[in-house]
Amino acid sequence: MEVKTQRGNLIMNTATMAYRNLLKTFHNPDRFMDVIIQPVMFMLMFGYLFGGAIAGNVQNYLPTIVPGILIQTMLSASSGSGEQIREDLDSGVFDRFKSLPMAHIAPLAGQLFADILRLVIAAAVSLTTGYLMGWRPAAGFGWVVVIALLAVFTGWAISWIFALLGLLAKNASTVSSFSLIVMLALSFLSNAFIPIKTLSKTMQFIAYMNPITYVITAIRQILATGSWTHEAVLVLIFGIGIVLVFAPLTVWAYNRNN
Amino acid sequence: METMNAIEVNHLTKKFNNKIAVDDISFNVKKGEVFGLLGPNGAGKTTTLRMITTLLKSSNGSVKIFGHDTAKEGRLARSMFGLTGQYASVDEDISARENLMIFSRLNGLSRAESKQRTQELLTEFSLLDSADKSLKDFSGGMRRRLDLAVSLITRPALIFLDEPTTGLDPRTRTQMWDTIRKLVAQGSTILLTTQYLDEADQLADRIAVIDHGKLVKIGTPEELKKQIGGTKLNFTIDKSSQMTIAVQLMTKQLDESIGQTGQQLSATLKNINQLTPLLVTLQQAKIAISNLTVQEPSLDDVFMNLTVGKN
Repeated sequence: MEVKTQRGNLIMNTATMAYRNLLKTFHNPDRFMDVIIQPVMFMLMFGYLFGGAIAGNVQNYLPTIVPGILIQTMLSASSGSGEQIREDLDSGVFDRFKSLPMAHIAPLAGQLFADILRLVIAAAVSLTTGYLMGWRPAAGFGWVVVIALLAVFTGWAISWIFALLGLLAKNASTVSSFSLIVMLALSFLSNAFIPIKTLSKTMQFIAYMNPITYVITAIRQILATGSWTHEAVLVLIFGIGIVLVFAPLTVWAYNRNN
Repeated sequence: METMNAIEVNHLTKKFNNKIAVDDISFNVKKGEVFGLLGPNGAGKTTTLRMITTLLKSSNGSVKIFGHDTAKEGRLARSMFGLTGQYASVDEDISARENLMIFSRLNGLSRAESKQRTQELLTEFSLLDSADKSLKDFSGGMRRRLDLAVSLITRPALIFLDEPTTGLDPRTRTQMWDTIRKLVAQGSTILLTTQYLDEADQLADRIAVIDHGKLVKIGTPEELKKQIGGTKLNFTIDKSSQMTIAVQLMTKQLDESIGQTGQQLSATLKNINQLTPLLVTLQQAKIAISNLTVQEPSLDDVFMNLTVGKN
């Protein structure tokens, strides 16, 4: 009986913490930008600026750029996780959480649960913008949902890394600037915006070392072929691997902090 | 069970990398009491409070809240008290109402109960008008009030206040004191830390003076004041020729050494009732005096006397 109440509590507490987290996202212009404004802006800017140069016209560029921006958006939305955790730890609000008779892990669980919702919103915004620009993937809506889920899962796996960073970093602005650099490097040094074969040998090597390249390739393949591919399985395994490694580390750092 | 203490602190110790921040502190707080932890900055007040409220693991010693060991029954112990930290620990990005709602839910209240309690607290702490504004527009006093309101959601029988009025202007400070007195009248037990002596004097039934992590003294404000010595008496002798005889008479009557600076004499009275006979004696000897002051010891004297401070 007792265990059951505790588990009920954990779910309730986590839901409340996730609600708090989302409220904060929508009250805070910085976070709101990451999730809503940035994907729309990047999709429009990159599409209309580089479409002609890279693919001849905007329409031909969309199959390249939509998955690229989608994953870039996942990266920046997941980086919010680390900032938020650091801010909470610094502001003293965590002390209050700890002094409440609630499940000890709920603040962290709530954060990562809210991350999923944030990622889903960000993915929906990116894909809708693409659609409005004329993006019509051949594979059909069902497969668009599949790649959206794959993207969200990848983003969520990465948010564990950022959460760990937030727990270990000195302050929120360190996390924020580091996250931005990581996000830029990972998204630009990949095939997100350009065909890799146009790059020099060294740049190609770097792009192939970048795991993001594989995620984007997997998504493009699914959309082009309308089938689950070998690459997609790899991405999934890689994502699960990240969670298996970083979730325990993050929980460890979280408990150490307390 | 009747006389169970609200808090029992036994040999509480905290070491940070071999530096001792809190050194073997023990005290009990009775139910319904206002207990003050008084000490200069860096004395270990907040560290002690954080250990009692389970925010920080102690290196040694134990804490019991209403008889429950915080190390073994942390969650149960936590359900019995409210804590207001040194820095307002409320969410900046969201409104006062949202803060109260979220913390009500985290305290295990249902949605309907949370709504009702939020409304009650907003009214009680005169925050209704700003309930839906972002906290960024809140004054320091409003933030503290909200912070305290959040601590009181479950109507805890025990409340911890870490420097509740630090950084507040005199008016908000007095308001805060009134609020605290109201809580006491409702039967709450309160443990507060403060570096302000008048605050401890005004609010606390008993005070523990902490310095360099050690508990130096514990007692009621009166007991502490008494310990420092009695009432201070100061006056000036008008004619310098009468100095010697005045000192002689005083020494005889008070059985104390008399301080002498120029024509000014000072003495410590064990009891205020010694004053009248002394003045009569001086008058009978035709010694004229002026600038008479009689000073009760203040907690400031206690503080200065007992603590060394960081420097």
